[in-house]
Amino acid sequence: MIHRRQLLTALPAGLLLTGCDALTRNPTAKAVIGAGEQATYRWQRLVGRDGLAREFAASDISPTFKVNGTHEPTNPEWQQLAAGQFADWRLKVTGLVQRELALTLPQLSALPQRTQITRHDCVEGWSAIGQWTGPQLAPILKAAGLRDGARYIVFLCADDYGGEASKGGLQSSSRYYESIDLVDAFHPQTILAHSLNNQPLSTGNGAPLRLRVERQLGYKQAKYLMQIVVADSLAPFGGGKGGYWPDRGYEWYAGT
Amino acid sequence: MATAAPTLAPLRPDSRVVLRHHWLVRLTHWLNAIAIIILLMTGLNIFGAHPRLYWGDAGSVDQREQLWLETGASPPWRNPTGWIEIAGTRFDTTGFIGVSQSPKGTTSFVAFPHWATLPSGRDLATARTWHFFFAWVIILNGLAWLLYGLFSGRLWREILPKRRQLTRAHLWTDIVEHAKLNFPKGEAALSYEVLQRFAYAGVTLVLIPTVILTGLAMSPGMDAAWPWLDALWGGRQSARSVHFIAMSGIAGFLLLHLVLVVLSGPIRQIGAMITGRMTIGGDK
Repeated sequence: MIHRRQLLTALPAGLLLTGCDALTRNPTAKAVIGAGEQATYRWQRLVGRDGLAREFAASDISPTFKVNGTHEPTNPEWQQLAAGQFADWRLKVTGLVQRELALTLPQLSALPQRTQITRHDCVEGWSAIGQWTGPQLAPILKAAGLRDGARYIVFLCADDYGGEASKGGLQSSSRYYESIDLVDAFHPQTILAHSLNNQPLSTGNGAPLRLRVERQLGYKQAKYLMQIVVADSLAPFGGGKGGYWPDRGYEWYAGT
Repeated sequence: MATAAPTLAPLRPDSRVVLRHHWLVRLTHWLNAIAIIILLMTGLNIFGAHPRLYWGDAGSVDQREQLWLETGASPPWRNPTGWIEIAGTRFDTTGFIGVSQSPKGTTSFVAFPHWATLPSGRDLATARTWHFFFAWVIILNGLAWLLYGLFSGRLWREILPKRRQLTRAHLWTDIVEHAKLNFPKGEAALSYEVLQRFAYAGVTLVLIPTVILTGLAMSPGMDAAWPWLDALWGGRQSARSVHFIAMSGIAGFLLLHLVLVVLSGPIRQIGAMITGRMTIGGDK
């Protein structure tokens, strides 16, 4: 009896020390643990579907807005556009839309603008506060007109993060992309920012245009936007998990 | 409330077996034990992704004004020094914090050593997924425990210090008895003494709620849903700092708890927390 009790208590400790790394790679364990993300997503949609991210005062703005991820896209297309001050750059809106759009920077700047001073929370743990300006995403999506079945808004970027560009089109393994649901897409603080702290976006911070989806972590704030695709499924993009980092094990819903 | 514990079967004339822990207490205790250990180990892995703590709303390697804790490593790189710097004072922690040995025996530049983190190597994505799953476990489990404690009255009977225990003489006696490692026997073993109550109440009603609320305050989604969350702690980076401090308190409790269980009769204590039954009387 005593022996069994000792065993019962010693066993979990031993398992923890030796078996946990193996357990984190076990597919069944992954599925169970992954249910936590779904629970968090549903919970946050339940209690805060329309909640607004806090907006700060100008005096709270971080002296330097830390550049993270890609510092400068290497691909020739973006390099050429940057060399031309993005005069030839167009934001394409495609997929499940009534009308495809191709918007220039002056067109985006002519739309009603929103300016917001918000906190950018990196998944690593740090935060920086910046003032972003740009049109809301919602009127652009309305102008394009969503077709039936639209569930996700996918953002395709110009940067190949973490290495050389691989040839695979939408399924490229290194091209940065991100996606959000329609709740966040139509949220009033979801904007396409062309300016940070009253200056056009720097190269490091995502010139010429980046997404701001203020209720999620930094890796959702896709930089170097090239194209918006309205989609019914995330499977055709990248590794199929809805983003560069989600394809690498991070949560697709990054509200936590 | 020794008299409330039903006698199950007499062993010797002067001893009896009592039901010491309700099944819900036992279940929540062990779920909590698993959740806390995994939360601690995944949390230390997550901390390693940005081993710096700040006060206020914002802070990064480009904004260090409110930095108060940092870990790192210094050259010579053949024989590096690991360190932790707290409020401007640097402590050499080579072998533990900043610089430690990997399981393969090579030098590793991680904040906390491989044996203390889950997964054992740098893996922010996996550590986060596990951390948030067990955050759900500790919240739901804690709510079940709290509701049971409130409605059964166990919270007042067993966890919160009793008014008569709060006199200076009583506190002093309990401190002396603990220092002498004299643990309660007989009927006295059926009710917690005052230091034990302070420890249990402090962890369950202060530290665990603190890590939960600071954890939620680090979530941009929850901050938008409940704006009071980050206001409560004075900003997201303050919440992250308090999360780390409260975690240290919980880790300290866990160590002390394990040491005292071992010193006070581990088989009897752990057995009681598994089966619910405890023999008292005789020499017990």
